[in-house]
Amino acid sequence: MKGAEGPGASPGPPATGRRRAVRPAAVRLALMALPLAFFAVFFAYPVVSIVGRGLRTADGWQLGEVTQVLGRPGILHVLWFTLWQALASTGLTLLIALPGAYVFARFSFPGKQVLRAAVTVPFVLPTVVAGTAFLALLGRGGLLDQLWGVRLDTTVWAILLAHVFFNYAVVVRTVGGLWAQLDPRQEEAARVLGASRLAAWRRVTLPALAPAVAAAALMVFLFTFTSFGVIQILGGPGFSTLEVEIYRQTAELLQLPTAAILTLVQLVAVGAVLGVHAWTVRRRESALRLVDPSTTARRPRGAGQWALLGGVLASVALLLFLPLGVLVERSLDTPGGHGFAYYRALTSVDASGTFLVAPLEAVWNSVRYAVVAAAIALVVGGLAAAALTRRAGRFARGFDALLMLPLGVSAVTVGFGFLITLDKPPLDLRSSWILVPLAQALVGVPFVVRTMLPVLRAVDGRLREAAAVLGASPLRVFREVDLALVRRALLVAAGFAFAVSLGEFGATVFIARPGNPTLPVAVARLLSRPGDLTYGEAMALSTVLMIVCALSLLLLERIRTDRSGEF
Amino acid sequence: MALLTLEDVTVRFGARAALDAVRLDVAEHEIVSVLGPSGSGKSTMLRVIAGLQAPGGGRVLLDGADQAAVPVHRRGVGLMFQDHQLFPQRDVAGNVAFGLRMHGASRAEQRTRVEELLELVGLPGAGGRAVSTLSGGEQQRVALARALAPRPRLLMLDEPLGQLDRGLRERLVVELRGLFGRLGTTVLAVTHDQGEAFALADRVVVMGDGRVAQTGTPLGVWQRPASAFVARFLGFDNVVPATVGGESADTPWGKLPMEPGSPQGGRTLLVRPAGVRMAAPDDGLRCEVETRTFRGSRVVVRLRPEGGGPPLDAECAPAEAPREGDTVGVTFSQDDVVVLAESGTGAKTNATAKTNADAGLRDGSRST
Repeated sequence: MKGAEGPGASPGPPATGRRRAVRPAAVRLALMALPLAFFAVFFAYPVVSIVGRGLRTADGWQLGEVTQVLGRPGILHVLWFTLWQALASTGLTLLIALPGAYVFARFSFPGKQVLRAAVTVPFVLPTVVAGTAFLALLGRGGLLDQLWGVRLDTTVWAILLAHVFFNYAVVVRTVGGLWAQLDPRQEEAARVLGASRLAAWRRVTLPALAPAVAAAALMVFLFTFTSFGVIQILGGPGFSTLEVEIYRQTAELLQLPTAAILTLVQLVAVGAVLGVHAWTVRRRESALRLVDPSTTARRPRGAGQWALLGGVLASVALLLFLPLGVLVERSLDTPGGHGFAYYRALTSVDASGTFLVAPLEAVWNSVRYAVVAAAIALVVGGLAAAALTRRAGRFARGFDALLMLPLGVSAVTVGFGFLITLDKPPLDLRSSWILVPLAQALVGVPFVVRTMLPVLRAVDGRLREAAAVLGASPLRVFREVDLALVRRALLVAAGFAFAVSLGEFGATVFIARPGNPTLPVAVARLLSRPGDLTYGEAMALSTVLMIVCALSLLLLERIRTDRSGEF
Repeated sequence: MALLTLEDVTVRFGARAALDAVRLDVAEHEIVSVLGPSGSGKSTMLRVIAGLQAPGGGRVLLDGADQAAVPVHRRGVGLMFQDHQLFPQRDVAGNVAFGLRMHGASRAEQRTRVEELLELVGLPGAGGRAVSTLSGGEQQRVALARALAPRPRLLMLDEPLGQLDRGLRERLVVELRGLFGRLGTTVLAVTHDQGEAFALADRVVVMGDGRVAQTGTPLGVWQRPASAFVARFLGFDNVVPATVGGESADTPWGKLPMEPGSPQGGRTLLVRPAGVRMAAPDDGLRCEVETRTFRGSRVVVRLRPEGGGPPLDAECAPAEAPREGDTVGVTFSQDDVVVLAESGTGAKTNATAKTNADAGLRDGSRST
């Protein structure tokens, strides 16, 4: 942190200036108004409506249904599987990614920056692509099947490994980011005081790191608990999570009451997890003294450290890059030898009637939707982050948690909710293309908030004062100081929102119209059709999607601010 | 008419008064240093004058005009922040030109003024450098150039040299004084470092607990501290209660000679260490030498009177300093015995005041 008070500083008032102290409540409310309205209309209203519709009949509320539904063996199995696969995925991810976090934090080696960006690619990849990549690696006719006749797509391992693939970056970024900023001298101080290397790590570093590890674990748990695209593609009949079951009950069985109850169950579970997460984040923000990460990394020394580095690089290659490589290879592996036949096929409307338009049009649709969604997310999330920067106790914390909720609420429910609520005046958006970006923006907002918040909070209040004393009016101060400082973070947030919107699947699959599918929807639709051609086309389209995502991420990494957000 | 006038300015944070009915006048072209320990309200005073902090009571007048309704950006004062607060996203020229831009100066005007100012602060041609590449001393110069650029009618400096190392600080303080003299700038600087304050200012204002404890020339304040608080803050520990009668005073250290015409009765006295003379043990007050501390050209000797009473500091040339454990006889010179006013500042500040004064003495050069 910059701006530590010097020893001679008078303990003056906090950095908030007088002008902001006059009417902070009004300013905060004005900033919150749009985000609150957005969430009320496009999140709370659809979700509450669909849950209400499921639980209420002409005879009134059917709350007896809850115990009845939750008592069904099939549903119990889904609940149990959802929970244990999430726990197992989280454990496995931590096991594999924590050494990676250490290596990225404390070692310097050539190509580290590029590699750091590359391991983040899977995280912003659409879940559908991740699923497809693992299918190409572990599934029928996949690489392992060809080499050794091993197929894992019917086992839970495919799901777990895909979840590791997906969430590796969460751990490396949250834990590694903090680890790199921990002052190594703290550990050295413990060593000088007589602690062994292990004891020093256990007593000094681990306690400092623990909240970050807990936060990362909770994020991974959250993502895997609500996993949809991965399981939809890799799960098979035996493995269904809540989210997949909600989709099945809603779209296939038209059992709205069951879907509503499952949505509620998921909401409660996610709410609890978010509560714990918010608590650990607050603890983490409190006490640590951080240093410049570039000063803490050094070249590995000794056989042990080189082995650790090698192991981490190997696991990254095997778990992260191999699936992507196989995906690309499969997309080129046509019956007539390697070539671009599948890509060419994407440009024409196929005879099977899977699409009304050429699949490649989905690229244009996706990009268009994602740009609009990112813009919406940026405005809503930016205002929300600005409101949250003016810290205001419990109310603001509640607002913060509300903003994170779309990450955990069933996207399927949101999508279906859109369909049944936004179809009458004054909000008849049924036939409007804006419906898709609106749903995607909901998922983008949490990322924008998480990226912007640390940067906005880090703007030293006295910089604003310095500008004011030099003659800048309040509006000018905002433009010259705040906006100038967060411009880069704003770009990063925009990129994240774009990538996340591009990959959104759960809600979009409901509301994208057949004539205008997005990339993930098109991939899923291709995969649902049997045949080598559609399989190859799915691989090709996934590759296109991956390249679009990776390009936007690499672009981001170039302009990334030092003070990265939590993702 | 004074350029700046504070009339009974009061600021409270909760129950604590950061500024307690402070009155102050600063004349045009005057350089005033506000000196005080941490928490004495110095920085708050600058914030009130700049408009960054609303006073709970009292008035701030600039050129005789009440500033209550004038927002920060229209007050036309300059403030150099303690840690400079340069805009990290702008280069040096962008920082210096900021105030000029806010006042609507043309590009050509900005360019010439920036060059002129960088020249003035000794960084010619540094306009294109990134702020992050500057050393502490260079940052300080850029911050000064930025504050001076819009030609503020009053320039305020908050611990201007606080973060720099000693050698640089001593050089810069001399440079600053020369610069302000040449430019005719009116300056109000706050610092906890008496060396800095005395070297920079025409007039020194000592603050404690939100109140003005003493105002005067650097020499006047140094020679005749007004109260026990000021004396202790300046590093003088030889402060004792006494009963003055005629031309002598009864103290725990025995009878002290007094100037004719000294106030009579129960008083608090300061004996400057230079006025504590050490000689053979049989002459005067017998004391044991506890410690010796080198302070450049002088040595401060801490003495413990054998007959009891508070410890006593004496100052002498290094060659004359007795060894630790020696016994010496102490006499007092009348010129260095000062009658202090009854201190209005509570005893609770004395602990902090002392620490800071020690720090000040250690770091700063003595200017007398």
